[in-house]
Amino acid sequence: MENLNLILPEIFISLSIMFLLVLGVFKKNSSGITFNLSLFVFLIAAIITINETFSVNRETLFNGSVVIDKMSSFMKIITLLGGFLVLVISSSYLKIFKIFNIEYPVLILSSVLGMMVMISSNDLIVFYMGLELQSLALYVLATYNRDQLKSSEAGLKYFVLSALSSGLLLYGCSLIYGFSGSTNFDVISTQLNSNEYVLTFGIVFILVGLAFKISAVPFHMWAPDVYEGSPTTVTLFFTMVPKIAALTVFIRFLYVPFLNLIDQWQMIIIFLSIASMLFGAIAAIGQTNIKRLVAYSSIGHIGYTLAGLATASNEGIQSSIIYISIYVVMNLALFSCLLMLKRNNQYYEDIDDLSGLSKNHPLLSLSLLVILFSLAGIPPLAGFFAKFYVFKAVLEQSMYFLAIVGLLSTVVAAFYYLRIIKIMYFDKEKDKYDTDHSLWLKFSLTFSTILILLYFIFPSQLIEVVSRINII
Amino acid sequence: MSFPILSSLILLPTIGALFLFFTKDKDGNNSTAKYVSLFTSIVNFLISIYLWISFDQSISDFQFVEDRLWIEGFINYKVGVDGISILFIILTTFITPLCIISVNNSVKNRLRDFLIAILIMESFMIGVFCALDLVVFYLFFEAGLIPMFLIIGIWGGPKRVYSAFKFFLYTLLGSVLMLVAIISIYWISGTTDVVKLYEIGIDTKYQNLLWLAFFSSFAVKTPMWPVHTWLPDAHVEAPTAGSVLLAAILLKMAGYGFIRFSLGLFPIASEVFTPLIYTLSVIAIIVTSFIALMQEDMKKLIAYSSVAHMGFVTLGIFTLQQQGIEGSIIQMISHGLVSAALFLCVGVVYDRMHSRMINSYGGIVVIIPKYSILFMLFTLAALGLPGTSGFIGEFLILMGAFRDNFLVAVLASLGVILGAAYMLWLYKRVVFGKLVNEDLKQMLDLNKSEYVILTCLAIPTLFFGFYPDPLINTIEVSVSDLINMHNINLASK
Repeated sequence: MENLNLILPEIFISLSIMFLLVLGVFKKNSSGITFNLSLFVFLIAAIITINETFSVNRETLFNGSVVIDKMSSFMKIITLLGGFLVLVISSSYLKIFKIFNIEYPVLILSSVLGMMVMISSNDLIVFYMGLELQSLALYVLATYNRDQLKSSEAGLKYFVLSALSSGLLLYGCSLIYGFSGSTNFDVISTQLNSNEYVLTFGIVFILVGLAFKISAVPFHMWAPDVYEGSPTTVTLFFTMVPKIAALTVFIRFLYVPFLNLIDQWQMIIIFLSIASMLFGAIAAIGQTNIKRLVAYSSIGHIGYTLAGLATASNEGIQSSIIYISIYVVMNLALFSCLLMLKRNNQYYEDIDDLSGLSKNHPLLSLSLLVILFSLAGIPPLAGFFAKFYVFKAVLEQSMYFLAIVGLLSTVVAAFYYLRIIKIMYFDKEKDKYDTDHSLWLKFSLTFSTILILLYFIFPSQLIEVVSRINII
Repeated sequence: MSFPILSSLILLPTIGALFLFFTKDKDGNNSTAKYVSLFTSIVNFLISIYLWISFDQSISDFQFVEDRLWIEGFINYKVGVDGISILFIILTTFITPLCIISVNNSVKNRLRDFLIAILIMESFMIGVFCALDLVVFYLFFEAGLIPMFLIIGIWGGPKRVYSAFKFFLYTLLGSVLMLVAIISIYWISGTTDVVKLYEIGIDTKYQNLLWLAFFSSFAVKTPMWPVHTWLPDAHVEAPTAGSVLLAAILLKMAGYGFIRFSLGLFPIASEVFTPLIYTLSVIAIIVTSFIALMQEDMKKLIAYSSVAHMGFVTLGIFTLQQQGIEGSIIQMISHGLVSAALFLCVGVVYDRMHSRMINSYGGIVVIIPKYSILFMLFTLAALGLPGTSGFIGEFLILMGAFRDNFLVAVLASLGVILGAAYMLWLYKRVVFGKLVNEDLKQMLDLNKSEYVILTCLAIPTLFFGFYPDPLINTIEVSVSDLINMHNINLASK
């Protein structure tokens, strides 16, 4: 008998989803209670994950198609916490747009469930199942504000392009299956060691599909439009949670089945990384909408995480995981600020709307200042350490070119972060924004800003947890 | 373990800034904020004086060392001072309270935020001079960009946005290469601890590239010709207190970095690149002196003179002679005092007339005599008149240079003459001459706070000019040890 305790969080979430759906059918006006219940579901799932899987070193289930190891448990915890935090700060936004329905928490839960399956997958089929579950939920979430043209456009765009990339991925999977005769990652890794061209095709197709999911250049085209069009809280979800899952899968693909073929993919990853860093930095300069800007900046940040992956070392993988964890916190903080830019039930999303914010809202703009400098990677804020670990790993492999290009692109990127700061601090003030934010929003902003600001005092803790993740 | 005096020096201003954050502005002129910040910075100054007194001048080892585990198995938080760094710490803690007093006259809006920025800046600057770990150093070195960016950008003049961006991006661009070098050093030598690196040295084949990476950062920060162009912009647009901090302390970070890291860690590369430094320094001295002659704007003129003076400093450091390096350190201290004073002097007339143009003044000696006397003193100190601290520095640097390279020394000496020319001409045009502008008659002489600040700066300028022994005694052992180590490293090549 398999030890089902290891996937208890997944089982628990799927049962809760069904329960919440049933509740929604039988009880009128149940959106509030569904919301609160799903928050509990996230917390309980996180606690179960910590309890059941955190001490597990590596175990497989169902004939090796599901794997529970240090990486999967860590990433699952971040995913669950990310989902929790997104949900918790969404409610006031949704209420204003009158889309505070039971579907929202259920969709978020199901996409998180899909991500957890992805994170644990050790088999092409299981991986694809998880991917589709999360994508389907995400398509709907992108169009969630269905009365707005932009939101529908975003969902449609995301659906079409994502389906295309899923197709590429599947084609790659089928090629890999054809060569190795198995869908299991561990088996594939022992079977694949030839240098056949078609095999390279398979790898490339899979990498393209995955690069699309994490919006790495040149497969990033969907990101700005989708990020801009989706409701802000969904954009927050997009920038944080699916990236964690996709990154985990990326790591797993590269370092389990394809480990022997490192010569084939290392150049591709380096290219994706450099292209994302540079493009993300340069393209963000001209943006006027904050959500679009965040889209480009997230492309840039994905470039840095990929730089860690390109090193083919445990340090590199760990640095990427640290990077994405810190990035998630910074994004949460940034969007909490964005959700506070509200006046008379209308949200403001342009950079110019921040003009002179520091005079009317000194605390809000101070936290935004900290967040932006951290995103730009200026010490002593958390964002600097994230980059520092990545480049430390990159330089360990003597990849000087990658490190220098990466660091130079931080200088370019600093420019557009500085521009926002300039608008906040140096420009003339506009009307005041509302200050009656929900307690949770204030909490998430304060909490994440303090984490960013004071990370440098206790940098070892995160490293200690992450350093247990040894894939190779 | 003894009391962590250096960490408290670093932390105290930040704690003060935190207090300021919670002060309420009741009477509209932020008097609480002013007193809190002044108190904090003066206490910090007293601590640093205590540090100097209890500092043992006879040994070259680092003292008051604190070494704590910071990032598991990788970086230690390590701070400590030797004879070289202690002077810069005192300079920092001495200049900061003066800046805080000076804001009375120049900063009108958001005074509390300004004081917070200055105090946080002080923390970072002290951190730079204490750090004994490359990563810790980088952290402080870069972190200083944030408050300075805000100081220029929020409280600066009309072109402040451009200047702030230029300052930030220029410096950041220079520094990222240093970060690559620091991490590479970790992988090459296994540590980023400066003291350990001094002992084990760095593999010769990497030294040149690493030296260049550090150089790119320090050259921008110094600033050396041709990457000095951010400095005049930043100075002109920054508020008076910002210019003072920039000129007096920020520029010294790079000079300090050259001595501590470029010389200490890469002795062979330093030898290799000495001609490069000499060339750039001589060009800086002569070219920027000529540029300074042409300036219409007083602040810009002093900014260019700073570039020239820093040219002397880099020249002196890379003579690799006892006199040269000592001269450079004294020149940096002296320039810290004198340029701070000159910027304050410009600030004084600017606050009254709201013009920095030289041609809008003239003949003010009869209207504001006290000011004119003090301005005279600092002008003479800037051009290196014997009896002022500027002379000691320049003299020692040139002495070191003559021992090392005659031609360079002769060219640099030309710079001294040019320095005298532009400073005296500036003084003549502003203070003497005919009183053309009728508005100038309304000018009031120095008020109490300005008088205090300028006198505070005048006393050490004169004192160290006549009696530089306290400075030289402090740095002597450390410098000679540095040179010995350098020579041993060269011999063992």
